Amino acid sequence: MNWITNFVRPKIKAFMGKTDIPENLWHKCPSCEQMLFAKDLEENLHICRHCGHHKRLSGKQRLETLLDKGSVSRFSLPKVPLDPLKFKDSKKYIDRLKDAKQKTGGEDALIIAEGKINELPVIVAIFDFDFMGGSMGPAVGEGFIFAARLAKQRKTPFICVSSSGGARMQEGILSLMQMARTTAAICELKEENIPYIVLLADPTTGGVSASLAMLGDIAISEPRAEICFTGARVIQETIRGTLPEGFQRAEYLLDHGMIDLIVSRHELKNEISKILRILFHK
Amino acid sequence: MTILLDFEEPIKALETKILELKTLDSGSNMNITSEITKLEAKCQAQLVSIYSNLTPWQKVQIARHPERPQFLDYIKELVTDFTPLSGDRVFGEDPAIIGGLGVFRGIPCMIMGHQKGTDMESRKHHSFGMAKPEGYRKAVRLMDLADRFSLPIITLVDTAGAYPGIEAEERGQAEAIARSIQKCLEVSVPFISVIIGEGGSGGAIALAVANKVFMLENSVYSVISPEGCASILWKSRNNAKEAATALKLSAQDLFDLKIIDAIIKEPLGGAHRSKISTISFVGDEIEKNLRTLMKQNGETLLKTRREKFYQMGSL
Ligand SMILES: [Zn+2]
Repeated sequence: MNWITNFVRPKIKAFMGKTDIPENLWHKCPSCEQMLFAKDLEENLHICRHCGHHKRLSGKQRLETLLDKGSVSRFSLPKVPLDPLKFKDSKKYIDRLKDAKQKTGGEDALIIAEGKINELPVIVAIFDFDFMGGSMGPAVGEGFIFAARLAKQRKTPFICVSSSGGARMQEGILSLMQMARTTAAICELKEENIPYIVLLADPTTGGVSASLAMLGDIAISEPRAEICFTGARVIQETIRGTLPEGFQRAEYLLDHGMIDLIVSRHELKNEISKILRILFHK
Repeated sequence: MTILLDFEEPIKALETKILELKTLDSGSNMNITSEITKLEAKCQAQLVSIYSNLTPWQKVQIARHPERPQFLDYIKELVTDFTPLSGDRVFGEDPAIIGGLGVFRGIPCMIMGHQKGTDMESRKHHSFGMAKPEGYRKAVRLMDLADRFSLPIITLVDTAGAYPGIEAEERGQAEAIARSIQKCLEVSVPFISVIIGEGGSGGAIALAVANKVFMLENSVYSVISPEGCASILWKSRNNAKEAATALKLSAQDLFDLKIIDAIIKEPLGGAHRSKISTISFVGDEIEKNLRTLMKQNGETLLKTRREKFYQMGSL
């Protein structure tokens, strides 16, 4: 806590009346710790003006910042069986799902839509990290397959923005199977030469990185995004040694030949549309 | 004598007694012989009662049993002219996955799988069956070779998971697993997978996207280890038992969820008590299915393999 959240916000609240002050009026940059005015941050695509830190976007924010204004139309996710394992830990999975839906307003951890990037039509599948850590279960897998098939049908480039902790534990083996299912859909796109571009956003890990996220024709990431299979904490516990500087960040993956390029969020649309134009000889 | 798991305690006294009597006399004393027969029957009954009521966590322990038959045991019993092929041609050779050409019951094929190792030295050599990127890239290379020469692919899965370490991440563990899954979905030859022990997450499915997937009765196949799941959702590894139940990772669970095609029975007391018969049961199931699949053309094999996975878990 700092003086602004402790002092200024309550004062403003008292002044304005508590109803219409958004909780996140001020935001502290997790990288340089500067205070940023939420509205400024939003206008700057959630990049810190002081240090360039790319704040993690919600699925909805990603959709808004990636596609041209007014071009977006969303699809609802195909229906899948609800809580097939009747999973329960300290809390019932079905309740966790309800909470996540309420919190994000989404159906599950994936948003699928069609729209345009600098006038070029695309189909997108965007992971929402705010929905149970962007974890992939049958709903996400099914949504991804639906979107990929639509892209194949319409011969429209398919863009996936991954941001996920991996496969969703609460749907057990069915979640693991999504790695194979989504990959099958990608195989179909490749056979038709439909471009499949992946933006590996912070964080892309586990079963999502070890399937759909690492199979892009072009792999793009944003500065400092975390990308890995096994998380740093688990590796640390296993090896009990120190991890290299910048381990599992986008720059590290670029150095090791695992992604094509790192692009600032400001340049993302231009970069993607440039690539698509060249691929389509336009 | 086999290494006993904690829930097998009731058998211990009986087995010790039988062994004692056997060393005392080798068949000439009728009294002792009949006593041995009685004790063996009792032991057998005890095994039946334990093994017909296994909890998911107990199955995890059986699946990890150090004396459970491993890939190389299967090769020895089922494959002739086995010719191991090494290396990914990019970085190195990973003994956590062994693969090569061979003849399985008269059928030339490509066979590969995880090898965990049998003593401390070999476990280290095989990284406990936890493969690094070069292991999965070797698998891709061998699947590709099989595809080009129309050889059926058989994979035997037995891994706690992909290797969790700096060098594996550095060389692209995620990408290597993803490509291996992709290659499984691109080959036009008959493809059969058997989970013979542990099917640990991404490291397992990387070799198991097959036309037919089978599990040995006491093997497990899961999105995450029970310990890993417990430490995240229960905040303590001590809840692994609960996690094992919640995850539905047993062969029966996976069969009910229509993820696997069949369960291969294990002899009484688990695969580790009767290696040879376990291996021949697995061989029989593979052979039966392989001969059926070999009648289909490449296009059908590829299409039905993808379709099989598309169907999983849908409404
Ligand atoms: Zn900053």
